[in-house]
Amino acid sequence: MKILFAIVILGLTFCAQASEGALPLAEAEVDVFDLPSVHRGAAYFADYCMGCHTIKHLRYSRLAKDLKLTEAELRRDVLGEGGKFHDSLLSALDREDALKWFAVAPPDLSLIARARGADWLYSYLKGFYADSTRGTGVNNAVFKDVAMPNVFWELQGLQKPVFKKHDGSEVLVGLELAGEGKMSPQQFDRAMLDLVNFLVYAAEPGQFDRLRLGKYVVFALLFLSVILYKLKKAYWTDIH
Amino acid sequence: MALEKDKSLLGWIDERFPLTSFWNEHLAKYYAPKNFNFLYFFGSLALLVLVNQIVTGIFLAMNYKPDASLAFDSIEYIMRDVNWGWLIRYMHSTGSSAFFIVVYLHMFRALFYGSFKKPRELVWLFGMVIFLLLMAEAFMGYLLPWGQMSFWGAQVIISLFGAIPVIGEDLAQLIRGDYVVADATLNRFFAFHVIAIPLALLGLVVLHLAALHTVGSSNPDGIEIKKNKDENGIPRDGIPLHPYYTVKDLFAVSVFLTVFALIVFYMPEFGGYFLEHANFEPADPLRTPEHIAPVWYFTPFYSVLRAVPDKLGGVIAMGSAVAVLFALPWLDRGEVKSIRYRGDLFKIALVLFVISFIGLGILGTRPVTPTSTILARLFSLLYFAFFLSLPFLSRLEKTKPVPERLGHSIIPLAEREGWHWRWIRNGLAWLQTTPIYRCLQSQCWQCIEIIKKNCCKTKP
Repeated sequence: MKILFAIVILGLTFCAQASEGALPLAEAEVDVFDLPSVHRGAAYFADYCMGCHTIKHLRYSRLAKDLKLTEAELRRDVLGEGGKFHDSLLSALDREDALKWFAVAPPDLSLIARARGADWLYSYLKGFYADSTRGTGVNNAVFKDVAMPNVFWELQGLQKPVFKKHDGSEVLVGLELAGEGKMSPQQFDRAMLDLVNFLVYAAEPGQFDRLRLGKYVVFALLFLSVILYKLKKAYWTDIH
Repeated sequence: MALEKDKSLLGWIDERFPLTSFWNEHLAKYYAPKNFNFLYFFGSLALLVLVNQIVTGIFLAMNYKPDASLAFDSIEYIMRDVNWGWLIRYMHSTGSSAFFIVVYLHMFRALFYGSFKKPRELVWLFGMVIFLLLMAEAFMGYLLPWGQMSFWGAQVIISLFGAIPVIGEDLAQLIRGDYVVADATLNRFFAFHVIAIPLALLGLVVLHLAALHTVGSSNPDGIEIKKNKDENGIPRDGIPLHPYYTVKDLFAVSVFLTVFALIVFYMPEFGGYFLEHANFEPADPLRTPEHIAPVWYFTPFYSVLRAVPDKLGGVIAMGSAVAVLFALPWLDRGEVKSIRYRGDLFKIALVLFVISFIGLGILGTRPVTPTSTILARLFSLLYFAFFLSLPFLSRLEKTKPVPERLGHSIIPLAEREGWHWRWIRNGLAWLQTTPIYRCLQSQCWQCIEIIKKNCCKTKP
């Protein structure tokens, strides 16, 4: 049990250090009701992420229904011709292979937006920089020494880290573009926001129903409160 | 005819079952003090939340799989594929936090108005057992989603039993059913969470209410209304629970449900306090989360645990922090019940106690730092100092004379005594002279007039 506590304390100290060293998170202006954005994000996910990552709790059919797409439209942008419409968004990557290649299995992304938060995801996706000491050739400003390679480098262009001397050690203070990618920085930010939008949607498809229904329930209950207040007043007129 | 038939049906039932007498004894002819204020809503609200937890719990149990390899996925199945599953689950998760908010306020009310004092010691004791069971219920329920925090929270808390000398490790193993938190733990926690503890809870609620209805409810003045009865034997300051308090509580219920719905529909995670972020990752026995924190309602006691440098000492301190509450009716020796007529000494002590309890709660949600440890120790000391000083403090304090009859449910600001109330009165009076206030006031009046003109009158 002492070992367990040691691990916990170690984790805590590591956490404190990590939060000091990392760059502040960029703010992601998430809007899941922007369906075209979620749609584009789903397409990016299919093109760039699904090689390794799975979203096992989301089905193509549910995605099509929530984005108001037909099966043909979804096949064109996300699913492709071969896949089954009622399947989950599963990766073809074998777990054993993944462990061999990356030393860790790429996590399932069903709930990543709820576990990490949209700002973290957005900053993480934009946070890769060239680091020759890493096997993948890149490191990440938000998630240090991450095993994931930078799958977007062609779109983004390669980023270089900017270090500053601080108390004798080098501290990462920012990132700058070293080579241009296929997208402009604005276009790339938009693309990553689309992807984050999609992941936020995927983490809770029920949020469409939840947010739409909420106002009616709250207004109905407010109305009920007024009526019950009047009822209480009526009953209590003779109490002094 | 219909009336006669009704009567005879009721008569038929009454000969076989005490329906009318039960109705009268506990509702229509149960006399409650007439000056309950909003602090007295939380008992019936706790009952409402209990019903909510049971009903939503039944539907969750229909779709949940108590199996370490299936549990996490079955929760997501409920959230995504079960019709209205997301609503049922959010009502249950928000309900558990709401339960503690309501119960903490209910307990604070008892402390504030001395409701635990003679002759209501058993009401308090039954209530404390309910609180204890509620903590067990919440702790075991929290393991069921089988997320990272479920797993590691249970791991840390169960390991605390290991600190008990001689039997500790065996006891921890008995609770887990394994050497680590595993499938066996999940299964037994599920059984306790859905059958054993809810059954015990319901039984204790009956005992709590039976004890309360035997001695009668206390009130903001801390006066026994039964001492002053009219010629019919009815307390002069009492009103029947039904319909007066049933309609009043219905209003409280609707306000509560509005706030509840706002949380369920718009912020079910409540910023990571009701549903912790780390719990959206499946349990991984090989990877400890960066920061293990229990859900907010356990954090005051968790802080006490962390404040003590020694593990066994911490466990004893945490246990005592709960246990000392049981002794409250015998620690507070003061005859005067309500804070209205108690001395300044008690008022200051109570303020310090509330600050330290909330302070401990806030500290418990955060990682340990040297400053937070010092603060947690200070607050823990204050927490225990409050209870340990009560026997002396309640004898030393200068109380005010308690009136014969009930007064206001909430004392109007103008009648409040003490320098702080004078200060607030002066502040408000100054505020009313400022132009901004006048401007706002006239705007509000216009709005109210428009609403009255257009909505409240029936048009010819």
